Amino acid sequence: MTLDPDSKNMARHTPLHEEHLRLGGKLVDFAGWDMPLHYGSQIDEHNRVRADAGMFDVSHMTILDLQGEETAPFLRRLLANDVGRLVPGKALYSCMLREDGGIIDDLIVYWRGDGRYRMVVNAATHDKDLDWIRAQAQPFAVSVTERCDDALIAVQGPRARDKVHGVLDEDARRTAAALAPFHAAECGPLFIARTGYTGEDGYEILVPADEAADLWRALYNGGVHPAGLGARDTLRLEAGMALYGTDMDETVTPLESALGWTVAWEPAERDFIGRAALEARRGDPALKKLVGLVLEGRGVLRGQQPVYWNGRQAGEITSGSFSPFLKKGIAFARVDAEVEGRCEVEMRGKRLTARAVRPPFVRHGKACYKA
Amino acid sequence: MSNIPSGLKYSKSHEWVEEQGDGSVKVGITDHAQGLLGDMVFVEVPEDGAAVNQGEECAVVESVKAASDVYSPVTGEVVEVNETLGDTPELINQDPYGEGWIMRIQLSNPAELEELMDADDYGAMIEAED
Repeated sequence: MTLDPDSKNMARHTPLHEEHLRLGGKLVDFAGWDMPLHYGSQIDEHNRVRADAGMFDVSHMTILDLQGEETAPFLRRLLANDVGRLVPGKALYSCMLREDGGIIDDLIVYWRGDGRYRMVVNAATHDKDLDWIRAQAQPFAVSVTERCDDALIAVQGPRARDKVHGVLDEDARRTAAALAPFHAAECGPLFIARTGYTGEDGYEILVPADEAADLWRALYNGGVHPAGLGARDTLRLEAGMALYGTDMDETVTPLESALGWTVAWEPAERDFIGRAALEARRGDPALKKLVGLVLEGRGVLRGQQPVYWNGRQAGEITSGSFSPFLKKGIAFARVDAEVEGRCEVEMRGKRLTARAVRPPFVRHGKACYKA
Repeated sequence: MSNIPSGLKYSKSHEWVEEQGDGSVKVGITDHAQGLLGDMVFVEVPEDGAAVNQGEECAVVESVKAASDVYSPVTGEVVEVNETLGDTPELINQDPYGEGWIMRIQLSNPAELEELMDADDYGAMIEAED
């Protein structure tokens, strides 16, 4: 076999780097950051998040604070989803589009009250996102500040919240415990959000860099197992969450990425960037769609494998893996609009039977996909 | 530090070979290889009776991370495959030189064994790769 030893280059370290080394994390380069892929077994880490609680260092993600009296009008122009739907403390998932509807990035934005918003965008798109956001912000009274001195720890799983509560002080615990899903609150130096990327309950906690290792260790001692980016990827795939750069990019719109639900069409007069292009394509029968695939026999689905339907090639897999929870090959595939039900995936010259389904595959510890 | 048993022979492409004393050999992948590939989730083995050639693809092992070809370290005929890997591919992670063996090959050219490395040479090779 051919092994590809991971290149050792000059990568950035998160405030938790020493913790990863101490825990035996296998570090790999991810978007210029030295990040743990796993700490021994990706599958064990995955299963722990589904059954108990795991924590991920996601400090490589880009965190932007936006502030100013025109922040809301700016974000209502910048984003395909509408921050006008938010109440203070609530989070919103959105795509950020080009004029032609292509997806620049997907992100989460939290309204912190008044003209203050916090946005989390991908690490791999850091430079182009900042260039785009700053350019679009020019006509608005808004400041865009990158937070570089924090760690972001995602604690996920059915017991994640209990275990986090166990390490917080009384005030923070009360505040966190009161959070509804997809809401966030400031708890002293911490910013705690009941959000995540695994399909399980839990928190994402923004913590100052100099307190990050203490929090990480407290969580570890409280029974939260570290999990790497490998498990994060299989968890998000099972949870039916698209990955930027893999399942979508600037060449496709949200309509072709199973993200039509994140486009806020109403009110009709809101002129977000990309709106005209999306409206022109809305309902176009030539639009492809992003579906889930479940392999019927044994095997592992992988990105770029061609998908056949009724004897012709009808698309390809955008991201695939082995689902540790379902013990089957699962994937997202971008296919022609008419594809449904039984199809075939070509793998090493053979065509294997798969089924097109509606993601998610797994939510809250249960299989949930529908054919 | 990975485990490299001294009684086996090794290929440059990280397969191991164990002579069975009857003109056949067992073949698997090394501890070093399974460690780099990570959790195994699927193994595709050849049919019984398949002809395999030294240095050519003879099986595929898939970890959560990626699919990797296994190259046959010898030329011959596949006379037995490890059927238990179908349900429990993780045996390759847990016991790469024992329960995680992949296939048994009847040698057609036993002289090929001499081209393979011993444990010391294989250990030196992976050391140099790191």
